[in-house]
Amino acid sequence: MAFTETFLQSLTSVVPADRILTRAEDLVPYGFDGTAAIKQRPAAVVFPLTTDEVAACVRLAHEAKVPIVTRGSGTGLSGGSVPVPDALVLCLARMDRILEVDAENLTLRAQAGAVTLKIDEAAAAHGLLYPPDPGSMRISTIGGNVAENSGGLRGLKYGVTRDYVMALEVVLADGRVARFGSACVKDVAGYSMKDLFIGSEGTLGIITEVLLKLVPRPAARRTMLALFDSMEAAADTISAIIAAKIIPCTLEFLDRTTTACVEDYAKVGLPTDCEAVVLMETDGHPAAVADEAERMAAIALEHGAREVRTARDDAEATSLAAARRNAFSALARRRPTTILEDVTVPRNRLAEMVTFIAATAAHYNLQVGTFGHMGDGNLHPTFLTDERDEAEMARVHQALDAIVTKTLELGGTITGEHGVGLAKKPWLRQQMGDHSYELMKQVKAALDPEGLLNPGKIFD
Amino acid sequence: MAPPTLRTIDYAILQQCMHCGMCLPTCPTYDTTKHERNSPRGRIALMRAIADGDLEITKTFADEMSYCLGCLACQTACPAGVQYATLFETARADIERSGVNQNLKRDFWRSLTLKLLFQRPALLRAAGAALRLYQRSGLEGFVRRTGLTRLLPADLRRLEPQAPTISPRFSNRLIAPVETPKGEARFRVALLTGCVQDLAFAEVNRDTADVLLANGCIVETPPVQPCCGSLHAHNGETGLAQKLARQMIDLFPPTKYDAIISNAGGCGSHLRHYGPLLADDPNYHERARAWDAKLKDVHEWLAQIGVRAPEAAPFDQPTTITYHESCHLVHGQKVTRQPRELLRLLPGVTITELPEATWCCGSAGVYTITQPEQATLLQERKTRNILTTGATVVATANPGCHLQVARGLTAAGADIEVMHPMSLLARAYRREQRP
Repeated sequence: MAFTETFLQSLTSVVPADRILTRAEDLVPYGFDGTAAIKQRPAAVVFPLTTDEVAACVRLAHEAKVPIVTRGSGTGLSGGSVPVPDALVLCLARMDRILEVDAENLTLRAQAGAVTLKIDEAAAAHGLLYPPDPGSMRISTIGGNVAENSGGLRGLKYGVTRDYVMALEVVLADGRVARFGSACVKDVAGYSMKDLFIGSEGTLGIITEVLLKLVPRPAARRTMLALFDSMEAAADTISAIIAAKIIPCTLEFLDRTTTACVEDYAKVGLPTDCEAVVLMETDGHPAAVADEAERMAAIALEHGAREVRTARDDAEATSLAAARRNAFSALARRRPTTILEDVTVPRNRLAEMVTFIAATAAHYNLQVGTFGHMGDGNLHPTFLTDERDEAEMARVHQALDAIVTKTLELGGTITGEHGVGLAKKPWLRQQMGDHSYELMKQVKAALDPEGLLNPGKIFD
Repeated sequence: MAPPTLRTIDYAILQQCMHCGMCLPTCPTYDTTKHERNSPRGRIALMRAIADGDLEITKTFADEMSYCLGCLACQTACPAGVQYATLFETARADIERSGVNQNLKRDFWRSLTLKLLFQRPALLRAAGAALRLYQRSGLEGFVRRTGLTRLLPADLRRLEPQAPTISPRFSNRLIAPVETPKGEARFRVALLTGCVQDLAFAEVNRDTADVLLANGCIVETPPVQPCCGSLHAHNGETGLAQKLARQMIDLFPPTKYDAIISNAGGCGSHLRHYGPLLADDPNYHERARAWDAKLKDVHEWLAQIGVRAPEAAPFDQPTTITYHESCHLVHGQKVTRQPRELLRLLPGVTITELPEATWCCGSAGVYTITQPEQATLLQERKTRNILTTGATVVATANPGCHLQVARGLTAAGADIEVMHPMSLLARAYRREQRP
């Protein structure tokens, strides 16, 4: 069986018809996420409001053997929420309630569709912080963040989504509801199953509710821009800062092309004539912040920074970080198609990797803009191209292949924070090795024997 | 040359959208439904499907493009720089040509408004005068009290209470064709009086002229001015919009003025894009580009030339004012800082930021008529936000917003006045002369 009229009828018995979309005009906009050049129209989209409704939909799909693709706001960057043919899309965007902020235990409970920024705002109302801040946090959903184990700008000091998930509610492939983890800081009961679902990209179960860890909101922060005439000088500065035992919350860089695009959009006063702009931010106790900021600025100047600018106030600091978050989209100003990479290397190999990317782009006669998280070695080389130009697209793929191979040589990973989805699938076995890869497939087969949950993602 | 369709438009404009989703949280319709179809990137995906031949122009697509407010909040949010306004107008024009929306009643109203009233200023003023007669003669009250409105066709019945209160005298009776400042004349500007502004808020035009005079501008205000064509372009009548643009350029040769001034956010947003509208017209192309360079929103112009701070307060009592941003002023023209700067110059006035100041109020041209439910939702949201500020005056610079916000406040029983920033400034300047 597959997606049939009968199945659709049965669906209306568990979710009202006005929350089920089947018309072409309604489905076309669900045929993609934030990833370039990948499109597939689903058979229907359903908007559950509760875990019970999700479970009921999954049970029906399981009986009818209909593939399910779960999505939140569709901002993913590896094609993870792009539908497969005849799929039922479970869109959790309307399960967006923040259920509880527990200021005594420093936790927050939310439905999967809650928007990341709203979660941090709810935490802020209690003087608390939810640190993971992916580029799309203004609209991305927490369920999607957990399913992709999203990173963000503050990863260097605060870690990634995984470090803040205490418990999960998950609908399993056959429609049963399971809960993993607890509100306890220490909990070693059984396998750490919640960790299996974090970053599982919708292939093992459907995350419907999360319990998140919060931390005290830092009392002070200082944001600075260091301007460099060479990428090597920027990379040296980063290494020196970390060697000086300073862990800033943010060390982001933009290359010249990216800086120009971001400035064109955001008009925040970024200089467009230097090879690297590094956004540095430290937060915490005011005295520590003042001390660290001063030392970071001095280190940058010692290592060849042309200039170090400090944000005047909180508003300017926020606008600089926001401008950086828009880097990827802003690169689309140059060419119609932007192919984004997410390779990550140990951070002492970063300068080497950045140089290799520039050389590779030149070799294949391609335009590239590179930006990323310099503090944690996570790079986003972005090829600026046109999907209609087949010859150029072929060169893009050759360049990607070269970059991935180099990444793996340096002990890196094909994806630091975007997930494998469809876009990175060809290189996963190469990175993992046969045994690890096969074990992953066994886990998938054990949890989703019919292969109905986001099929074809991560691996075939 | 025929205006482009979705199939013939430069495909790169459609491709520019890389569907990252950054527009979603700024879109009022997506915020209401959480359906991608009702979002900017969803609408662009539909347009692209049409361009690709994967989708026809259907009634559903037409409904979707009618549901879009055209507020352009997405254009401000878009890091990739997608020209949504161009896509939006192209889609609406395509829909009109396709005929999927055709029915006799709709055609009648479109002809009456877009093709007749908003093409002929004299006729529009005559209709306005008739409406004022109806409102002032007691006939309006009589008709409403006796329930005679029930005899009106459903469309008119819905429209009747929405009709703006018509000004007693239109701009041509309030402003001389040429007025000169008392002191040194530094600039020569043309003042555009608009259509709705002229009918419902002629005194705002007078106030604008006064503020310009107080800042050393010779103000030229031809008594009869064509409509700018904004309504036509937004509603799929590109040809008519081009015709009106040519008439405007003929009446206001750009080389003659230091600036051509608009005081209505919605008009200004359209007016400053005559260049692209007439790009294929060899006779007007150059002049249209010159026109675009001269076209200034009044706040923008005053900030540019250095406005004189009024010495008197506009009100007897200390007053709290909040500022609602017209979508096409903030998103269409990116004029957002200047109106606040001008308001801060007013003595005796405290400016309180309006939460969600840039969120559409639901006026959006004819949206209150075409999408009354969504328009009301947005109006109520705006009213709630205004009530949190404690302001007794809301400043806003677009006649559609002015009407919509004022009606929302009245419905909520709030005693809050809506005023154009120019009216506030003019009031303060006038009070300088008081003994």
